[in-house]
Amino acid sequence: MSIHKLSLYELHEKFAAGEVTAVEIVRAYGLRMSQVEPKVKAYITQVKDTAIAQASALDASLKGWRKTLPMMGMPLAIKDNICTEGVLTTCASRMLGNFVPPYDATVIAKLRAQGYLLLGKTNLDEFAMGSSTENSAVGPSRNPWSLQCVPGGSSGGSAAAVAADECAAALGSDTGGSIRQPAAFCGVVGLKPTYGRVSRYGLIAFASSLDQIGPITKDVRDAAFLLGTIAGHDPLDSTSADVPVPDYLKALKKRDLKKLKIGVPVEFFAEGLDHEVEQVVRAAIQQLKELGGEIKEIQLPQTSAAVATYYVIATAEASSNLARYDGVKFGLRAKETKGLLELYMKTRQEGFGPEVKRRIMLGTYVLSAGYYDAYYGKAQAVRTLIRQDFEAAFQDVDLIATPVTPTPAFKFGAKADDPLQMYLSDIFTISANLAGVSAISVPCGFSQAGLPIGFQLIGRPFEEETLLRAAHAYEQSTQWRAKKPTIR
Amino acid sequence: MEITQQEVEKVAKLARLALTDIEKAAFAKQLSQILTHVETLKQYDTTGVVPTATMPGQMNVFRPDMVRPSLPVDSVVANAPESVDGFFVVPKIIEDRQPL
Repeated sequence: MSIHKLSLYELHEKFAAGEVTAVEIVRAYGLRMSQVEPKVKAYITQVKDTAIAQASALDASLKGWRKTLPMMGMPLAIKDNICTEGVLTTCASRMLGNFVPPYDATVIAKLRAQGYLLLGKTNLDEFAMGSSTENSAVGPSRNPWSLQCVPGGSSGGSAAAVAADECAAALGSDTGGSIRQPAAFCGVVGLKPTYGRVSRYGLIAFASSLDQIGPITKDVRDAAFLLGTIAGHDPLDSTSADVPVPDYLKALKKRDLKKLKIGVPVEFFAEGLDHEVEQVVRAAIQQLKELGGEIKEIQLPQTSAAVATYYVIATAEASSNLARYDGVKFGLRAKETKGLLELYMKTRQEGFGPEVKRRIMLGTYVLSAGYYDAYYGKAQAVRTLIRQDFEAAFQDVDLIATPVTPTPAFKFGAKADDPLQMYLSDIFTISANLAGVSAISVPCGFSQAGLPIGFQLIGRPFEEETLLRAAHAYEQSTQWRAKKPTIR
Repeated sequence: MEITQQEVEKVAKLARLALTDIEKAAFAKQLSQILTHVETLKQYDTTGVVPTATMPGQMNVFRPDMVRPSLPVDSVVANAPESVDGFFVVPKIIEDRQPL
């Protein structure tokens, strides 16, 4: 039995049945990481030794008692912008290069309470700003399907680690597609929950009205399994919703999609969509129809406004959130500066990379006197229109099916010099963040070059059950997940 | 939308960000490009539309004003670039004050 090839849920079943110990699990993943990590570079920090110690303590405490909690003994990778007490959390930034959080994010506290095993912290675009991990201060991660290609971003390390079997599952964060886009590029499942479904406490803030933590997993059942553990109201996050957490695994039991109305928005199949991606995604939609789904063409007229709206709102919030990095309370401090103002300015010059600076500049500009109404106010109003598009569509359909990305994974450097082109490639994912709805990326085929392609299902707020059920029915009726990358 | 180098300098100061001349030139060009794209929002009629600041249904959350445990001071200042006796150390502020 190759432990690292099992899904999270399969591994849980074996662990609960006493067929495998926690130490065996960590050893298996440690071996796998030593084989492929030098090529994939998914992790910023590995904590295998701590994991072994935790695993052996866990095994000792479980002698003769196998009543396990869902995540007990499960080896996970966590995006390096989610605070882990006592373990370096860098946001892939020089600014936080030596930051060791004194507390756990709520999602980590929940996993820890169940006895999960942290394997390490995964790479990302600095402060989660980017679509390729090329903006990481420690260098990019690579796509396990083709080491010349980006894994996507910003949760590229998490997606690459899952695809390369370097963890049983991972957590990422999604502000404009940062879970779903790398999941699609790496051929794994990525779920962005409804805004407020999962606590953001301890997630290092990028854009507070858009950020959401979610699972990146080997299959849909794993996403349901992990979401059930991390979801729920948290008094420490005032935007987390006091909505009961359903049994997501139970929701998967129904395999046909009869009576489910699935909308296909015409605006998502327009100019700029790669032909291969379109074919594969349309085939997936046809498959949903064969499973009993009722396919209906719909319209989301404001789709073309999404990128502009997003890059005003997200950068405005980022410029405010990142004001805290001033060289005083934590993180980097520039040396040999004269006075407080110069301390701030030099610290931020040295600590932030080009993309973070660009977004702070853009965000500061759109919030500055004289431009606030024209840019920020306008974008917030257009955001309402985008939200209303979805509200209207969901009167009529239960789910919306779309591509995740306009193209499969691109090569390193292909878009690195053109920020606007990079931003425009987020076109299919950012609407879900602006509207606050739930969305999942599911593998649905490969390009001629052998790169994975995913399709997206978007669901009503707090209806992750429907989303997961349809994604699972599709996945179980296809064989895409059986194919694994040959890492070379 | 054309952003001049002077505007870049003004915004950089507001953002407390020192920039090199190369960065200033690059940002002037890139921000102009991005803002030109953002200008396309003008074509959407938002007369009377209530702006979205956060998701519907969200409201102020209150908790009882009670003393609760907080992080130990040592662990809070552990990440500070410089601290003394549980305090953050910063350069003198009053003497170095300069007009912004």
